[in-house]
Amino acid sequence: MVVWNWIVEPLQYGFLVKAIWVSAFVGLVCAVLSCYITLKGWSLMGDAISHAVVPGVVVAYALNIPFAIGAFVFGFGATVAIGYVKSNTRLKEDAVIGVIFTGFFALGLVLVTKIPSNIDLFHILFGNVLGISTGDIIQTLIAGCTTLIVILLRRRDLLLFCFDPNHAKAIGLNTQVMYYTLLSVLALTVVAALQTTGIIMVISLLVTPGSIAYLLSDRFDYMLVISAISSVSACVLGTYVSYHFDVSTGGAIVVLLTLFFVLAMIFAPKYGILRQKRQVCS
Amino acid sequence: MIPITVDNLSVTYSNAKLALYNASCAVEPGTITALVGPNGGGKSTLFKAIMGFLSPNEGNVKIGGLTVEKAQKKQLMAYVPQSDEVDWNFPISVFDVVMMGRYGYMNFLRIPGAKDRRLVMESLEKVGMVEFRDRQIGELSGGQKKRAFLARALAQEGQIILLDEPFTGVDIKTEKQMIDLLLQLRAENHTILISTHDLASISTFCDRTIFLNQTVLASGTTAETFTQENLTMTFGGLPMTSLAFQNSEVDA
Repeated sequence: MVVWNWIVEPLQYGFLVKAIWVSAFVGLVCAVLSCYITLKGWSLMGDAISHAVVPGVVVAYALNIPFAIGAFVFGFGATVAIGYVKSNTRLKEDAVIGVIFTGFFALGLVLVTKIPSNIDLFHILFGNVLGISTGDIIQTLIAGCTTLIVILLRRRDLLLFCFDPNHAKAIGLNTQVMYYTLLSVLALTVVAALQTTGIIMVISLLVTPGSIAYLLSDRFDYMLVISAISSVSACVLGTYVSYHFDVSTGGAIVVLLTLFFVLAMIFAPKYGILRQKRQVCS
Repeated sequence: MIPITVDNLSVTYSNAKLALYNASCAVEPGTITALVGPNGGGKSTLFKAIMGFLSPNEGNVKIGGLTVEKAQKKQLMAYVPQSDEVDWNFPISVFDVVMMGRYGYMNFLRIPGAKDRRLVMESLEKVGMVEFRDRQIGELSGGQKKRAFLARALAQEGQIILLDEPFTGVDIKTEKQMIDLLLQLRAENHTILISTHDLASISTFCDRTIFLNQTVLASGTTAETFTQENLTMTFGGLPMTSLAFQNSEVDA
């Protein structure tokens, strides 16, 4: 009965129902992409994009266009800049990423304090799904659905690109196109997650579900399912926790997701720490 | 039967290291050709240039008279990578890896048809890997791993097959099996280029040999070119006895 009330009671508030749906949707989109990002080793790239969108959001508000467009342009622009600097200097990729994304992020901070707007920096940084507007939901849906459709259509090519880009080239496929496809959907996902977890924590949704699934499975299809289940349940549960205990929604989601990760890391049947320890002992 | 011609090829890496200089050679159609040379001698670079993984600073590669790009689009070339180029923890099965050899023939969505499935199974059969098709690739032994990627090359139906160090980490029995398979492929008019450290086995199955150290030092039939003189010239000051019995594991 108590559990039932815990679940049902919040549903009488329209804003909360909305928040739960949006979080679940964002959780699903991030979970799917997360599997590719973890396997490709692009976590840092996700981090870079998420920070680089800040000036885009500010400029979009100043120009009175949808925030998603500004965020996407700057997020994607940052990855192009990273690619350019990397191939034209002798610097290593991690250094280039560090330079570019902090530069973009700092530019965003400068702009937000200089351009008069009603942007709450705190909401960009840490999300504000409980107060999400209908217009923002539509933008989230468009960005998220585009990502899902692109991945659904190109999933085999993207998997090949993550696994063996040389073979992709050898059979005449255009790996440049694959590279930019994956980068664009990554930027779109960041845009979709902007309102839920904010840019600081979106990296958690982009990396943790895929990592959990990678610890639990040896097949990509199962990975997708496990990733989606862990991510969506963390997002829904996190929104509830945030309502009942009056804590930050994004924070609650990420804490739960991290908890799932720790459980998987310890108890995973094949790759868990306990199992590995037992193997060493026996 | 399709030949490979390498004309005046020079490759410099971005760290200004010269990897290949004025390399010219021809891989005759329908032969097994060995590519030998010391580490850092440019073997992998030449492979990458032939496969189109890097673009040379000078010179060109022609595959049956076509540019590398056109040859790729026509599925003429298959590549069996070195073991350390593959992420063996990747969550993918042997069957799915071999199926990737068929992607170039499939439509935009890469949905395999009956022919694709049949060719994948036939390729797995040829290398004796049918029973391992559902294994995750990391669960295979060294020899099985090589055979899985050889099966992918077969599924691709490429007329030219390049194998980069295929005998590293492989036991003698598997090496024999693979050599038998390569000889069978040659009988089916494939052109095969193979880079190897196992100098001892070259004369047993390679028709031709190319000696490479920064540039092509010698090339021709194995019977004519596989001489002490060419080996010394290619590998430099090492004592000959250490070369003749050099084991591939030494390098790995």
